[in-house]
Amino acid sequence: MTTPAPIQFTPTHQMPAMLARAKDAVGVALVSLLLGIPMIGLHTVDQGGVLAVMTRWPWLLAFVVAMFVGRFVMQFALDHVKLNKAKRERKRPEVAARRPWLTWLGRALLGFAVVLPIAFSGNRYVVDTATTVLIYVMLGWGLNVVVGLAGLLDLGYVAFYAVGAYTYGLLSTHFGWGFWETLPVAGALTASFGILLGWPTLRLRGDYLAIVTLGFGEIIRLILVNWTDFSGGPNGVTSIPRPTFFGLPFSPSTDETTFSSFFHLDYSADHRVIFLYYVILALALLTNLFVSRLRKLPVGIAWEAVREDEVACKALGMNVTNIKLSAFAIGAMLGGFAGVFFAARQGFISPESFVFSESATILAIVVLGGMGSQLGVVFASVLLVLLPELGRDFSEYRMLLFGAAMILIMVWRPGGLIAHREPTVKLGRAPSPVPANQGAQA
Amino acid sequence: MTTMLEYSGVHAHYGAIHALRGVDLNVQKGEIVTLIGANGAGKSTLMMTLFGKPTASAGKIHFQGQDITRVPTHRISRQGIALVPEGRRIFARMTVLENLQMGSTFADPAHFDADLQRMFAMFPILEQRREQRAGTLSGGEQQMLAIGRALMGRPQLLLLDEPSLGLAPLYIKQVFKIIRELNEAHGMTILLVEQNAHHALRVAHRGYVLQHGEIVLTGTGEQLLASPEVRAAYLESSAEAHG
Repeated sequence: MTTPAPIQFTPTHQMPAMLARAKDAVGVALVSLLLGIPMIGLHTVDQGGVLAVMTRWPWLLAFVVAMFVGRFVMQFALDHVKLNKAKRERKRPEVAARRPWLTWLGRALLGFAVVLPIAFSGNRYVVDTATTVLIYVMLGWGLNVVVGLAGLLDLGYVAFYAVGAYTYGLLSTHFGWGFWETLPVAGALTASFGILLGWPTLRLRGDYLAIVTLGFGEIIRLILVNWTDFSGGPNGVTSIPRPTFFGLPFSPSTDETTFSSFFHLDYSADHRVIFLYYVILALALLTNLFVSRLRKLPVGIAWEAVREDEVACKALGMNVTNIKLSAFAIGAMLGGFAGVFFAARQGFISPESFVFSESATILAIVVLGGMGSQLGVVFASVLLVLLPELGRDFSEYRMLLFGAAMILIMVWRPGGLIAHREPTVKLGRAPSPVPANQGAQA
Repeated sequence: MTTMLEYSGVHAHYGAIHALRGVDLNVQKGEIVTLIGANGAGKSTLMMTLFGKPTASAGKIHFQGQDITRVPTHRISRQGIALVPEGRRIFARMTVLENLQMGSTFADPAHFDADLQRMFAMFPILEQRREQRAGTLSGGEQQMLAIGRALMGRPQLLLLDEPSLGLAPLYIKQVFKIIRELNEAHGMTILLVEQNAHHALRVAHRGYVLQHGEIVLTGTGEQLLASPEVRAAYLESSAEAHG
């Protein structure tokens, strides 16, 4: 009676799988043979000034065999992962369970972020890297509004980051504007750029939208490179003033009141690094608070609804145009804030900081983190910033490591590191006097 | 009886395709009216012209005496018209509760709790699954949710586009039971577009038959059920399918 029926099927059902994997591996081996003949099978040797072509067939054979075995093993592993995943999904309860531990994890991370500069006060490198992580966290949270919540694939997000950075760079060097004054202006300006990008792309979706946003990002960068009178061209904007602590500069000078002289501290370059860290931490936390609040307001829920189904939204009376534009504007504004901070921190900006690979990194943070998940963005930023840093010892292999890590994450967690979506409405008080299960029986 | 919805001489085009050729149709308050027709007859187009997708190229559509032919899509439902779209189109990754909440976006928030109670009473399954992702519901349950979502906006006219499509026979019965109940107990005016002519005509007060973008036949549900043309074109095959 207790014979586990499914197991009886396994031998007969495993054979075709093995055969299919072997076929697949043979195919890969053939392709590698074709590619390998010129790349590995033949090589050139310098013979007294003349290049001679030599063959190395044993190498080629080894390569083809390695590809065959590698592909076979990889398929096996992938199938195994898929099977396990399917099993896990079958076990998963259907109800979107709440995850209190995620909230606690978030709080613990926040606590750690607050004490980090104190714990590592002597280590400028750690605080600097943490600042970089936080810039990406902020950018990730901004892009999350556009991609994660509203579902609009934006490949040119770095353009807004650039607009924010150049707004501060130019306003401060030409007109002497301070960091805090520029912040709202840059926010408004980047939000308008968001709408500017949003308008013509309203009808586009998915890959078409991605191409247009990609073009938009490149346009902004090319303008910055070529409009030399305005942006300084490839040389960028230099000597951008650093933010001050309520008007107190961080400098070793003795003729004016500086941060260190006001607080009777010995001057240290670390003060500014730590100050900048707290500025971006505060900005990031404000962003998080802002976005989490928005998500629970009608506009935030509408973003998600538009991501799910535009037609249904229109039929329910929602103005999809305004909903999309608001997502573009708010996402752009947050990117702009991050840009202002970036310019203030670096003191120097040039178009080179705003290339496509930056957009790709930010998008990778959102996707790896789990679309729409705020906490996921934090983990993904830490990972994507730290991996290349840790990988420095591997020099030229570092991008290989980076790519492999990204693939592994997507295989292991296709929905991102944190795929859990917290519902925006819950019934605090029970809507009916009868609990759900009793109500069903009645 | 007052006229709730009236189409007069409505034409519609999709590019070069002339999808509606002068349709006259009306729905009186408190009625269930069904529109039947084969695939591609223009049933969905007829319903979508109400939402301006596509806009009627000629003719007028009036809702409660007001010309709504050229009102922007997103303003239509705010007039009191709710659509249960073909293929349900629920918000799959959002919870059941969130879906229902989206339906009440333009309703008075003061009614929200009472309306939610009403939906849970009508569809007990939705209460049980209220915090579940809507995409994990079965097809029939999703259809209940789509109807519930539309009703959350307190519409005066409910449009149902192929509500029985792709559902198990048991759920089809339930959907038509709900349609009848909504009309009898709550006085809801309903325009029902269906391929399942057999069920649709049995539940409807009146019906229209659409063919190649034109109304070819109209009458009460019983008249149409008995009409030889309807029997030949729409009932023989579906009667076989449903025993």
